[in-house]
Amino acid sequence: MANKNTTSSKLRAALNTLIFPIISIIIAMFIAVFFVMWAEGENFFTATVTLFQAIWEGSFGTSFSIIETLVFVTPLLFTGLANAVAFKTGLFNIGVEGQFIMGIFAAAAVGLIPGIPAFIHVPLVLISGMLIGALWAAIPGFLKAKVGTNEVINTIMMNFIAMFFVNYMIMGPLNAPGKATTPLIQDSAKLWRFLGETNRVNVGLFIGLLLVALVYILLWKTTIGYELRAVGLNPHAAEYGGISIKKNIILAMAISGAIAGLGGAVHVAGIQYQAIQLFGFTGFGFDGIAVALLGKSHPVGVLLSAILFGALNSSSLNLQLANIPKDIVYLIQAIIIIFVAADYIYKWIGEKRKKEAMING
Amino acid sequence: MQKVVEMKGITKVFPGVKANDDVNFELLKGEIHVLLGENGAGKTTLMNILYGLYQPDAGEIYVNGQKVNIKSPGDAIKLGIGMVHQHFMLVHNFTVAENIVLGSEPKKGIKIDMQKAIKDTKELADRYGFKIDPNAVIEDITVGQQQKVEILKALYRGADILILDEPTAVLTPQEIEELGVILKNLVKEGKSIILITHKLKEVMAMSDRVTIVRRGKVIDTVYTKDTNIDELAEMMVGRKVNLVVQKDEAKPGKVVLKVENISALDHRKLPALKGVNLEVRAGEIVGIAGVDGNGQTELIEVITGLRKPTEGRVYINDKDVTGKTPRDIIEAGVGHIPEDRHKRGLVLKYSLYENAVLGNHYKLPFAKGIMMNYNKIKEYARKLIDEFDVRTPNEEVFASALSGGNQQKFIAAREINKDPELIIAAQPTRGIDVGAIEYIHKRLVEERDKGRAILLVSLELDEILALSDRIAVIYDGQIVDILDAKSATEHELGILMAGGTLKKQA
Repeated sequence: MANKNTTSSKLRAALNTLIFPIISIIIAMFIAVFFVMWAEGENFFTATVTLFQAIWEGSFGTSFSIIETLVFVTPLLFTGLANAVAFKTGLFNIGVEGQFIMGIFAAAAVGLIPGIPAFIHVPLVLISGMLIGALWAAIPGFLKAKVGTNEVINTIMMNFIAMFFVNYMIMGPLNAPGKATTPLIQDSAKLWRFLGETNRVNVGLFIGLLLVALVYILLWKTTIGYELRAVGLNPHAAEYGGISIKKNIILAMAISGAIAGLGGAVHVAGIQYQAIQLFGFTGFGFDGIAVALLGKSHPVGVLLSAILFGALNSSSLNLQLANIPKDIVYLIQAIIIIFVAADYIYKWIGEKRKKEAMING
Repeated sequence: MQKVVEMKGITKVFPGVKANDDVNFELLKGEIHVLLGENGAGKTTLMNILYGLYQPDAGEIYVNGQKVNIKSPGDAIKLGIGMVHQHFMLVHNFTVAENIVLGSEPKKGIKIDMQKAIKDTKELADRYGFKIDPNAVIEDITVGQQQKVEILKALYRGADILILDEPTAVLTPQEIEELGVILKNLVKEGKSIILITHKLKEVMAMSDRVTIVRRGKVIDTVYTKDTNIDELAEMMVGRKVNLVVQKDEAKPGKVVLKVENISALDHRKLPALKGVNLEVRAGEIVGIAGVDGNGQTELIEVITGLRKPTEGRVYINDKDVTGKTPRDIIEAGVGHIPEDRHKRGLVLKYSLYENAVLGNHYKLPFAKGIMMNYNKIKEYARKLIDEFDVRTPNEEVFASALSGGNQQKFIAAREINKDPELIIAAQPTRGIDVGAIEYIHKRLVEERDKGRAILLVSLELDEILALSDRIAVIYDGQIVDILDAKSATEHELGILMAGGTLKKQA
C-alpha cells in the first residue's frame, strides 16, 4: 500500500512539474503561428503547417539537420547544467557566458602546444577549460561568501572582462597573422568527429550526456549535493546542521564554472578548432539560463530543454528559406521563458499565501 | 443583553486548509469573551475576518444588529472595532502620543496639533487607568507598556469592541495581572472585549464567557463560572489531557555545559548578552525564563556556534568550544531543538528522510566518503518516525507536509537520536498541539533521567516551572538569578523577569 502510494504520488509530482513547461511550449508555438500568419498573410491552418514543417525539416527532417541540431545541443548541455548547479544552490550565475568564453580561450591556447600525444593532449585541453572556468566563477563566489557582494552583478562584470581579455589575446599574443582568430589547434587536441570530418558533431556530445548523469549523481547521491541543495533551499537550516554556507557558495560557483569552462573547451576542440574574435557574447551562456529554467534545474530536464532549444536554433536557417523570419525562433524561446518565469512567480505567491494561512491559523 | 457582534456560518478556506468551517460566534455588550483554541484552530482567522483583513468565503456578520460587509480594517474601525495584534504595529522612534494619533491626527490648519494629541492621550489614559507617559518614545518603554499603547490607539479611534490577539504571550505575570485590571475597567466603561488565547489559566481569571474552537469548528460556548480548567482543556484538545508533568528528583552529575562570562551582539550589532554565566549538569534540566528578546536567542546561538561571542568562553565537557563551527559543536555532543523549526530546524522542501540526517549526513552509516547511502538513511528515518509516533504517510514526503506538532516531534527525534550529552531545547512546544506537548515534555524528562544535560529555553512560564530542576532568569542579556525550581514561584520569577531583585534571606 505504502509503496503504491509513493509511486503514484511521485508520478503526480513529476506530472505537476512537467505540466507548466509543456503548456508553455504549446502556447509559445501557438503564438508563433499567429506571427507567421501575420508575416505571411496565410490562414491559420497553412501557417501552422508552414511553420512546423520548416522547424521540423530544419531540426530533425534530414540526417544532416539532425547532426547540426546535435551540434547546437552540445554547448547548451554544458551551459544549462552549469546554470542548474548554481540555481540548486540558490545562486544566479549569469557568468556562465564568461566562464564559457574563458574555456574557449584556455582550450585554444593549450591546444596550440605541439608534440603531445592525443590521449594526453585532449584531456589536458578539457581540464584547462574546466580549471579556468572554475576559477573565473569562484572569484564572484568568494566575494559573495566573504563580503556579501551580489553574485549577479559580479558575474555580469566578469563576463565583460572575459570577453575583452580573450579578444585581446586573440588579436595580440595568440593572433594568427592576418586573421581575427588564433591559429588552428594541433590535431592531437581535437575531439573525434565520429561521423567523419565533414560532420561537425563530435564526442563532446557524449561528454555532455555523461555530464548529465554526473550532475544528477552529484546533486542527489553525494554529500556535496546534499549540502549544496540544503544551502539553496534553506541556508539557515543548513547552517544549523553544520553545513558551511560560505564554503558551499564558493564550491557551487566553482562547479558551475568548471562545467561552463568545459563547455567552452569542448566547443573549441570539437567544432571551432580555434578561438575567433568576439563581437559580442556567444549567447550560449545566456541560453543556458533559459535551458536550466525550462528544465527546472534538473539534469534530465536540462537535457530535454537543451534538445528543444538546440533544435529551434538549428532550424532558424531553414525558416529563412521558407520565408519566415528566423526571429520567430527567438520569439518562441522568449515566450517559453516568460511562461516559466510566471510559473515561478505563481508558486512563490502560493507559498506566501500558504505561509500566511499557517501563521494566522 | 444586547448582542454587539454576531457572526453566522463563517467559512474560510485557505489552499489546503479549512481555517473556519461554519463558525457561529456572538459577543454581548460589556463582556470579556475568550476565543479558546490550540494554535491553528482558526481563532485568529475568525478575528481577522471580523477586522476586515480577510473576506469570508461564506457567512454573515452583524454588528449592533445591522448586517455589515467588512472589506478592510478601515471599515472595521468605522464600525467601532479595534484589534491589537500579537505583534505590535508601532513606530519605534515615535512617542506614545504620536503613535496613538497616527492616521487620525488632530490638526491645526495643515499642521499636526501635537499639544492636543498629548492632551487627548493623557485624558484617555487617565479615564481607563493606564499609567503611561505620552511623551515617552516607544523603543524606550517595556513590551507591557507598548501593549497599552496599542490598546489606547484602538480606543482613540473610537473602538467599542476590542479584539486582543494572544495579549499575554509577551508579558510577565505581574503585567498579566495589570492587563486583567485594565480589561475590567474597559468593560465597566461599556466596552466589549474578545480575547484570543490558548492559555487556560488566563481564561479562568479574565473572562465571562468562552467559545472553544477546534480545527476550524466551534465546539461550544460556555460561561466561565460554570466550567473549570480540565473541562476546557478537554474541549480544546478533544480528549482528556494530563497537564502535569510527572518527574522524580533530579540526580545531577558532572558539569556538561559551562558558559563563562559570554557577551555577544545581536543582528543589529547591539549588545544582546552582557557577561552570561551558566552551568548545566548531566541529569538535570535547567530552564531559562525571561521575556522574549532578553538575549535567549543569542545565548543559544553562541552555544551552538551559530553566533560568535565578543567575549567569554563556552565549554562542553571541559572542552573549549568557543567560536567553533556548528559542526564541531554537534560533534562535541550537542543536540539542538531550535526555537524556529521552519527557519532552522527543517529544510521544508527536503523529504523527511533527508531531514532525518541533517547535521550528521556526512557520517557513517549515512555516507561513505562522498556517496550517501539512502537505503540506510530511509531506514533511519522510519525508525525516528516510529519511535516518536510522527504522523506522516511515509518518509518520502516533504517536511512541509507535516503539521507543526509532527514536525517538532520529528526534530526532537532527530536531535535525541544523535545521542547528545547536552540537549538544547528552545521553545520546544511553541505552536504545537497539546498531545505533542505532552509527548515532548515526557521525552525531555526521560532523557534527563538517562543522564543527559538539558538546557530549556521557553517563554511559557508554566513550561519552565513544570520541567526545570533549576531556573535561570535572563533579563537584559544577563542571568539575574538562578532559583531552585521546587521553591520558585511564578510571582518571584515575574519580578526577576521584569528586572527586579528578590530580597534573599540570610
